[in-house]
Amino acid sequence: MRYLPLTEADRQAMLAAIGASSTDELFRDVPAAARRGQPVDLPFHAGEMEVEARFAAMAAKNMAAGSVPFFLGAGAYRHHVPATVDALIQRGEFLTSYTPYQPEVSQGTLQYLFEFQTQVALITGMEVANASLYDAATACAEAAAMAARITRRKKVLLSGDLHPHYRSVTVSTLQFTDIAVEALDPDPLGLEDLLGRVDSQTACVMVQNPGFFGRLKDLTALAEECHAVGALLVVAVAEPVSLGLVTPPGAMGADIVVAEGQALGNALNFGGPGLGLFATREKYLRQMPGRLVGQTVDADGRRGWVLTLSTREQHIRREKATSNICTNSGLCALAFSIHLSLLGEEGFTRLARLNHARAVTLAGKLARLPGVKVLPQSFFNEFALLLPKDAAQVADALAARSILGGVPVSRFYPTYPELAEVLLVAATETTSEADMDAFAAALSEVLQ
Amino acid sequence: MIPTLSGNQGLQIEEPLIFEQDSPGASGVDLPDAPAIDDRLGGLARQGRIGLPGLAEPTVVRHYTRLSQKNVGIDSVFYPLGSCTMKHNPRLNEKLARLPGLADIHPFQPQGTVQGALELIDTCAHWLKTLTGMPAIAMSPAAGAHGEFCGLMTIRAAIGARGETRPRILVPESAHGTNPASAAACGFSVDPIPATARGRVDVAALKAKLGPDVAALMLTNPNTCGLFEDEILEIAAAVHDAGGYFYCDGANYNAIVGRVRVADLGVDVMHINLHKTFSTPHGGGGPGAGPTVLSQALAPFAPLPAVVHDAQGFRLIEHAAQSGAMPVGRIKGYHGQFGVFVRALAYMMSMGADGLRQASSDAVLNANYLLAELSSDLSASFEGPCMHEALFDDRFLKDSGVSTLDFAKALIDEGFHPMTMYFPLVVHGALLMEPTETESKDTLDRFIATVRGLARRARDGAAESFKAAPVLTPRRRLDETTAARTPVLRWKPPAA
Repeated sequence: MRYLPLTEADRQAMLAAIGASSTDELFRDVPAAARRGQPVDLPFHAGEMEVEARFAAMAAKNMAAGSVPFFLGAGAYRHHVPATVDALIQRGEFLTSYTPYQPEVSQGTLQYLFEFQTQVALITGMEVANASLYDAATACAEAAAMAARITRRKKVLLSGDLHPHYRSVTVSTLQFTDIAVEALDPDPLGLEDLLGRVDSQTACVMVQNPGFFGRLKDLTALAEECHAVGALLVVAVAEPVSLGLVTPPGAMGADIVVAEGQALGNALNFGGPGLGLFATREKYLRQMPGRLVGQTVDADGRRGWVLTLSTREQHIRREKATSNICTNSGLCALAFSIHLSLLGEEGFTRLARLNHARAVTLAGKLARLPGVKVLPQSFFNEFALLLPKDAAQVADALAARSILGGVPVSRFYPTYPELAEVLLVAATETTSEADMDAFAAALSEVLQ
Repeated sequence: MIPTLSGNQGLQIEEPLIFEQDSPGASGVDLPDAPAIDDRLGGLARQGRIGLPGLAEPTVVRHYTRLSQKNVGIDSVFYPLGSCTMKHNPRLNEKLARLPGLADIHPFQPQGTVQGALELIDTCAHWLKTLTGMPAIAMSPAAGAHGEFCGLMTIRAAIGARGETRPRILVPESAHGTNPASAAACGFSVDPIPATARGRVDVAALKAKLGPDVAALMLTNPNTCGLFEDEILEIAAAVHDAGGYFYCDGANYNAIVGRVRVADLGVDVMHINLHKTFSTPHGGGGPGAGPTVLSQALAPFAPLPAVVHDAQGFRLIEHAAQSGAMPVGRIKGYHGQFGVFVRALAYMMSMGADGLRQASSDAVLNANYLLAELSSDLSASFEGPCMHEALFDDRFLKDSGVSTLDFAKALIDEGFHPMTMYFPLVVHGALLMEPTETESKDTLDRFIATVRGLARRARDGAAESFKAAPVLTPRRRLDETTAARTPVLRWKPPAA
């Protein structure tokens, strides 16, 4: 077996050194009733060729996004990832290392995380960022709990324009705590009034920008209102590329920013792993969840990096920790960071402009179809479309024509009949003019 | 450090931050010009520079290559980090995870276009359920601690459904810090259970603490001292008799895969760290995955989503109304750590039922070999046999002036990653070694010879050399106190 270096002779020599007659003897502390004499009922070992064939067969049953005109988003975005990113993250010193607990032999991981923290702070317009969480959805739950700790209040208000998974994960995660989460109804038309709902009991208001239905919002007044009553404003960003073109949450007064980083450097991967970005103001640093890398010096006075402020964390504080998180999304953070390093200021803003231009062009083409309406006036690279037909059926009919044409909102909100005809449609730099025309033509056919 | 003109130490290059290499206007990506359009940003265009540095592709490649050279991984060294299962990460896993049909699929494609992905999740679930003997599994937890949280949520929900309130969780003193942290996140209070002189749960003390207010026992087995809890059946029965559930922390599952089914130990719920036991890379701290197996009693409360299979094919259950159960809701975006499932399943299929059993046997053999060969020079905390990790404490360093930390740092200069230090907390100055099954006897012998030599050197009064270690690394010991006292967590442009 190719992953096991011990030979039978090695095993015998080692057993002799231990003074045991067999490996079975080493398991003698296992109650006899629970010891199994034989392997379980699963296939036996297989060579690379056989395993590859099994996986190729499963892969062939999926419609790869890149093989068809593709317009899905809803929090997971398909961008072109430069070849350099994947080549670098597969260097074994990055790929196969553990959490950097031994800083003398982990300066590579620590330095890229320090750079990552800086990049996240810059693009979100915030003062500090952590070294990543699992994904944006779990980061939202962490943000709500952090706001409750900071304000010592127990009421959290979620906008109806928040991604439905961010919303349901926040609600589920906090259900057994003393924090009360109020989630507003889905808001495809941008009509909800958050300003009127914030009061002196509110720990935080959580909104998304661009919203789940695509809308861009100026959150400045909401931030002021929150701060006037001592509440925090948490802003979620599902598409980090938007930050290259849109006013960042930090500039609108956000206190905590959570974001999904998958879109930069990472493939879709059927939605996992994700990359939770988490940024805040310096004054809230000690209530932050997750790992932090800080700058210091070594015994020779040279600059170096270490994990720091770990007295917030579970391995020191146990049940009093700010979060139970241990493993995070290190390698996805590396991919994000390399992609953003390659883009730089010029590339990042150019990428964002390109995404917006593609989406505007697509919106124009689709809005010309009879009975089709683009719901948000302003958007970045994704918008909700109101169709004259059931959106889930339309998406299936488009897939039958080999077009992955958007996400029906009913998939998230099956009990809201008014959303049955709403389809979320996204375009990125990978969306060609020909893809858009094929989509518009097929949609027109399906809607006949 | 040898003084050089450049500051470099031979091929070990001093590498500035990307922000210090800014070449304004440069980029490592060529993108077309955006077509002219009337923007629809609603007046919210970003103002001013973001502050990202401009770097061409060669600069970026060199930067990250140099950073990688300041790191070590399993690829480069023996990495006996106890409790972390640093085993070989097969590259076949990486290749398969990048197949376009698996990497380039969107979580919300119509389900008819992702039947292979759903089949893969279902197959991975089947392997994990069969290996553990457990009837149900929640695939969505993102990591071990998240799996703990998931399991405790189902326990809390199950107790609620029984119309009871049980606020307490019993956790041995030797537990990972995530256990009490997860319990607290679920609204439970934590009550510690002491260990015996044999390094195991004090069953009498446990029984004395059991009662109608105890929701569960959280127990790592094999435990963090590297020992199998030999009274586990009695422990499980006592917990069940008191109306509680038995949570097993599966961090150390690598010791028993294919040899013991946790269902046969009376376990109600256990998370499985795919990034430990099933060879997916740790990636410098993640991503991992923590699928959580559940007993029949807890299965109805499993979080969404779930994959089911019927005559029409595979299907995702994404809403409580479709499930006919009482799920605790959703704890993770999308459908779990799919990319990690691909790698773990590739490993499981490569190893097979026979190979997985051989792997746990070899992991335990390797650890016992370290325990046997090092016991004369180091101080073993407990009598063997151990399971997949060998625990020593710092009695062998008594009066030498050398601490566990110093000893570990000296090991770095010898070309080995240190073992886990100062954990578990139940012994003084712990050194916890987990060799895993993917190390050869030759590697272990060289490690043993080195550790013995260092132990002799410590006894012989060479404390100063230990205090100075490491000296052959890109950086020597770092000042963690200053880092925490005056945190510098990001680069800022130098004041003009």
